[in-house]
Amino acid sequence: MLGETEPQWLSEEVKTGTTIIAIEFDGGVVLGSDSRVSAGESVVNRVMNKLSPLHDKIYCALSGSAADAQTIAEMVNYQLDVHSIEIGEDPQVRSAATLVRNISYKYKEELSAHLIVAGWDRRAGGQVFATLNGLLTRQPFAVGGSGSFYVYGFVDAEYRKRMSKEECQQFVVNTLSLAMNRDGSSGGVAYLVTIDEHGTEEKVILGNDLPTFFDQ
Amino acid sequence: MLHSLNPSQQQTGGFSFENSRRNAVLESSLSEVGYKAPKARKTGTTIAGMVFKDGVLLGADTRATDDMVVADKNCMKIHYIAPKIYCCGAGVAADAEMATQMMASNVELHMLNTGRPPLVAMVTRQLKQMLFRYQGHMGSSVIVGGVDVTGAHLYSVYPHGSYDKLPFLTMGSGAAAAVSVFEDRFKPNMELEDAKKLVRDAIAAGIFCDLGSGSNVDLCIITEAGVQFLRGYDKPAQKGKREGQYRYKPGTTAVLTKTETPLSVDVIDESVQMMDTE
Repeated sequence: MLGETEPQWLSEEVKTGTTIIAIEFDGGVVLGSDSRVSAGESVVNRVMNKLSPLHDKIYCALSGSAADAQTIAEMVNYQLDVHSIEIGEDPQVRSAATLVRNISYKYKEELSAHLIVAGWDRRAGGQVFATLNGLLTRQPFAVGGSGSFYVYGFVDAEYRKRMSKEECQQFVVNTLSLAMNRDGSSGGVAYLVTIDEHGTEEKVILGNDLPTFFDQ
Repeated sequence: MLHSLNPSQQQTGGFSFENSRRNAVLESSLSEVGYKAPKARKTGTTIAGMVFKDGVLLGADTRATDDMVVADKNCMKIHYIAPKIYCCGAGVAADAEMATQMMASNVELHMLNTGRPPLVAMVTRQLKQMLFRYQGHMGSSVIVGGVDVTGAHLYSVYPHGSYDKLPFLTMGSGAAAAVSVFEDRFKPNMELEDAKKLVRDAIAAGIFCDLGSGSNVDLCIITEAGVQFLRGYDKPAQKGKREGQYRYKPGTTAVLTKTETPLSVDVIDESVQMMDTE
């Protein structure tokens, strides 16, 4: 052990340094994330699934500090369970997003995590909500994490309204692949979750199955 | 209404940071004279765990360091939590020790309350909730592994409260060296002997390639059948046997001449000191 020159990651907080994306289509949503968790310059988990279930048909994508994001997701999962028993039916996506937003806003000084909430419910179909810094806004699609900055141009140019489920899945995979290539803090495999009224489908796309672009 | 901490609100409970300003002043005045403030002792460790065919295998080195001095050559880093759940601790030695002891007593109470054997997931959840509550000030990184009714599980928990569930894990200052061995040779559902060799090699990589790790390899094998704690399973860094001798036998050097000079000594003073004997 070298005193003050000890490895950074021994004292560094574990961050998910991520790329996360969620997009809605007519009848559901698609969520995607990479799988890298870093502490300083070290990768501590190369296969972490950052798409965390809040309820059967509501998922959230984690980014920022791993501890904060995991804790928020766990708390909201518990609160949603209680809430859905109280109302006697499946909760709305907006309720889940509101619960996440309430925690993010109340503790905004202490926490540093950003969760994107997306899911399907009977009343409004597929919905995507961003909860960055304690706001609550519904968007046709949302990107987040350190890798998102590299793909803002791509998503703005490539997004079209009324894409089908398969087109949305391809859009998500392309976005993740581009971001993982450019962002040092994103990488590993790509996780995909598709939620519609029939159910929830989880998929893993391994590194060499990701789409390649001009430089590969 | 923007939420902000009211400066007049007294913070009760939790850690007391009253002395931090005093410590900062002391540290700056000490450094002027050339001294350094004492640091919390970290175990500077290599710990590892893996899931194999019949259960979970945990491994650890046995060196505890105090800055650049080895404080303990044979300390135990694998702690008991429940009959079939053990955990390895890295980071600040005292924090890891206390956290694991608290978990052990919480688990016992939980078992009595529910009447059921504990789950590894339950231990992990309580541990990470406690570490999150202390916001990283409790500097212990922990690998929790065990067998419960749902099977064999392995979790790692970091000081800020994040956790990972993986088939193999390493932590501590020697984690980078150890994980490279796992990444090369790990396969799911390995046999016990292969798994023991793999964990031993991973810890040995940490012992040889990391300054903060050393001495022996401890192993803990947890299966459905029970627990086998192999303390000192391997001692790769044993002190070598001295081959030569610095002493020479009498007669090695030939004697050429011999002169004897008697010294005449006179007694000038005699004093008697009484000893206190019972």
